[in-house]
Amino acid sequence: MSIVLPSTSSSEAFKASSKYTAAVRRPIEPVGRYFLAHASRTLRGHTWSEYEKIEAEKNVQQIEENVDDDLGDEEQSEDLLAHDPREWKSADLYAVLGLSHLRYKATEDQIRRAHRKQVLKHHPDKKSASGGLEQDGFFKIIQKALEIMLDSNKRQQYDSVDTNADVKPPAPKSKYDFFEAWGPVFESEARFSKKQPVPSLGNLESSKEQVDEFYSFWGKFDSWKTFEFKDEDVPDDTANRDHKRYIERKNVATRKKLKQEDNKRVIEIVERAHAEDPRIKMFKDAAKKEKERKKWEREAGSRKEAEEAAAKKAAEEEAAKKAAEEAAAGKANSKKAKEAAKAAKKKNKRAIRGSAKDVDYFGDASKSADIEADIDLLLEKFDDAQLSTIAGKLKDANADTTKATILGAVEELKNAGTLEVSYLKYFS
Amino acid sequence: MSAVIGITFGNTTSSIAVATQDGKVDVIANPDGDRSIPSALSYVGSDEYHGTQAQNQLIRNAPNTVVNFRDYIGKKYEEINAKDSHQVGAPAIKAADGGIAYEITRNGNQETLSVNEITKRHFKQLKLAAEDYIGKDIEGVVITVPTDFTAHQREELTKVSNEAGLKVLQLINEPSAALLAHLSNEEDKLLQDKIYVVADFGGIRSDAAVISVRGGVLTILATAHDHGLGGSKLDAALAEFFAKEFEKKYKANPRTNQRSLAKLIAESVVVKKTLSNVQTSTCSIESLAEGFDFHTTINRLRYELTARQPLSEMTAFVEKVVTKAGLETLDIDEVLLVGGSSHTPKLASNVSFIFPESTVVVAPSLDSKAANPSELIARGAALQASLIESFDEEEVKESLQPVVVNTQHLAKPIGIKTADGQFQPILVAETAYPIKKSVEVTNGDSAAVAIQLFEGKRTIKETVIEAEKSEDPEDSEDDYSDEEPEIKKEVVYEAGQLLAELTLKDLKPNSKLEVIVNVTQDGTLHVSGRELKQGSVAVKGEVTSA
Repeated sequence: MSIVLPSTSSSEAFKASSKYTAAVRRPIEPVGRYFLAHASRTLRGHTWSEYEKIEAEKNVQQIEENVDDDLGDEEQSEDLLAHDPREWKSADLYAVLGLSHLRYKATEDQIRRAHRKQVLKHHPDKKSASGGLEQDGFFKIIQKALEIMLDSNKRQQYDSVDTNADVKPPAPKSKYDFFEAWGPVFESEARFSKKQPVPSLGNLESSKEQVDEFYSFWGKFDSWKTFEFKDEDVPDDTANRDHKRYIERKNVATRKKLKQEDNKRVIEIVERAHAEDPRIKMFKDAAKKEKERKKWEREAGSRKEAEEAAAKKAAEEEAAKKAAEEAAAGKANSKKAKEAAKAAKKKNKRAIRGSAKDVDYFGDASKSADIEADIDLLLEKFDDAQLSTIAGKLKDANADTTKATILGAVEELKNAGTLEVSYLKYFS
Repeated sequence: MSAVIGITFGNTTSSIAVATQDGKVDVIANPDGDRSIPSALSYVGSDEYHGTQAQNQLIRNAPNTVVNFRDYIGKKYEEINAKDSHQVGAPAIKAADGGIAYEITRNGNQETLSVNEITKRHFKQLKLAAEDYIGKDIEGVVITVPTDFTAHQREELTKVSNEAGLKVLQLINEPSAALLAHLSNEEDKLLQDKIYVVADFGGIRSDAAVISVRGGVLTILATAHDHGLGGSKLDAALAEFFAKEFEKKYKANPRTNQRSLAKLIAESVVVKKTLSNVQTSTCSIESLAEGFDFHTTINRLRYELTARQPLSEMTAFVEKVVTKAGLETLDIDEVLLVGGSSHTPKLASNVSFIFPESTVVVAPSLDSKAANPSELIARGAALQASLIESFDEEEVKESLQPVVVNTQHLAKPIGIKTADGQFQPILVAETAYPIKKSVEVTNGDSAAVAIQLFEGKRTIKETVIEAEKSEDPEDSEDDYSDEEPEIKKEVVYEAGQLLAELTLKDLKPNSKLEVIVNVTQDGTLHVSGRELKQGSVAVKGEVTSA
């Protein structure tokens, strides 16, 4: 029944005619969720649509929290449904209850709820009502599974052999990320630890202490795993007591053996992980480096002495080398000087010898041979200094000064006693 | 299960309830198995008795048994009439600070216990029972109080409760709590705009309230209280009846002896309760007076006759509160009977008699699905507790500020006029705003329609229903005298003052339209109309308050 509005011919879109009657102020009762909504609107100034938005968000969150609602909704595989109830021990009991995603993590409440769902689905009455055959095999397994799951002792025994919950370590010699591959392995093994909490594998940044703690924990790993679940059924009849005892003994032995095997398996896993742990390698390298550094530091004193000695030796060598070089250089220099002096001497001698000729032998050209012989004699008697001074004096000199110079030199030599005047033919 | 509970603390009985995760409420039984736990404490030797065990002590150990102390919290001795409601139990005396106290003998020593101390001990017992049931420490409680509790009394009660280790999250009014529980029973009931009468018939007092529910928000329009009227009057009437019968039989008066009287009243209570469920009950008291045993049977009719006086008083009381609210019984949509005495079938039928047939009376005798009236208030308190559990103290306090609680209410209904001239309310009278409501309408065959916003005018439509002629010729002689034509009255709202008019044009026949009326905090009324299809443009307008 819908409300029909009256028709109109008015063209105005909106027309306000009058005001509505004044409101009455009354206290409202502070109860109920609509009051809380009212309060939050009034206090926070939310408009209706804002408030609805916030409420809508809240609703979504609530829905997300109810993750357990589909508990036990898992479908069982055909194989499992057809499983022989006499062989119930070999069935995956968690899958039977539809809890294969939770396994050992399932709480008692979850188990009960999942079981209720399974019963509703698989109860033989229901099966026969829907025309199926009266097969209650799977239902028997469900009941058995519940029995195991609700007895903490039996559940522990089942969890011990529930290999479906185990995480396999990565295949050796394959490439994998160490932490991604091994983390879940240790996590799944950790559930058997008697000591809780179990240190976690950590990551590449874990400190050496953490890593050491981790491996020492696993090295001393103490598991509560028991293998009663794998026991061979002890015959109930008392007819053959010996056989019964034999089976019991065998069971105990098998348990022991399995336990030993399991312990060995854990040790192997831990050893492999230890060997492959990149952190261990890192720590080893770091330790090596550290050792070298330590050694270096320890030998610092003697090294300094040696260094100093070497430095001294080097300095000495350097000095010697320098000296040798200097000596060589000096040698070369004196040679040069000598040569230069020789050249200068020659030059001076030539200049002196030529000086008489330059001034036409002082006018006595006839006696030129005597003059030249005298000059040669004189030249032999002059030492280097005299040579250069005389050569300097004779330079650009006229006949008289040249003659006076030579005569001065003769006088000098005569005074020095190095020249016998009598040997001179012209300048005597 | 949450660790917050609801407590209803009555003069006669108290109840505790807790909300479970699926939104249901469990009323918690104390270790004695009672869900209505008598508010009584009794001292024998060094022992303290509580609940039913204490109430049983009224016969043998009345001077050391304290009952009916709730109303005395936070009151001065001068303010009360101590003789009035205290024919039973330890008498109230004036305490050193002018308040009220009780004098009891414990282990041979005289002890003076103030009302606050008694209440504290009572709460501690309730706390124990609740913690025992939930298995967790109680983190907070919502306690219900009568509407006429003064601010000082509320303060005192909060203080006492906190001292007893029960942190008070909120104090709420009893009728609102009862109505909240009733409305939360059914989906969407809270959102139906109706007017309710909540009549609470307790042990020694009766309260009634007229409450309007608008958009899930409750507003009390009127309250009435009658101290003294209650279940104890029914007990007294019944006891008097038995006493007379006993006197006739054995020529001994059981009323002269305190102990006989207590026995008589205790048995009358049992008989009264039994008669609420079955037609006849036996009454047997050993050694009632002068060594005579008393044994008799009584049927419901006899009881109803005996207790006619208090029962009619109760009916009149309900009528009174409706008048007080300025309403007529026609305006009431539902009557909710609360409190222990509401189990009485006669009371429910009497009450339904004063209301028109359209009014629903909720009581266990009329509707077997109705919740236990003794538990309704506790349920409401538990619901409220679970609602405010997630809020912190500050937020709750903030929400209880006058600015939030005191709200404007529309004085008259606002609605639209339909094609055949009828007034169709969208917002009914007494609606608290801000509020937003929408209705879906249609245009019929016309291409342009008017949304005419009107204020409603209340009228009473009288329809005369002719008495049916009796078809049986043999009875025909009797019919002439008393059969009058029955007049059926109905409240009808007619369109009064026109407020605004909106026009929607270019519509296809029978398209869906939506009219939204939104009254904002400041009292502005926004009205808009649009076609319900994508891309349609709404026509909007505003109306202000006078």
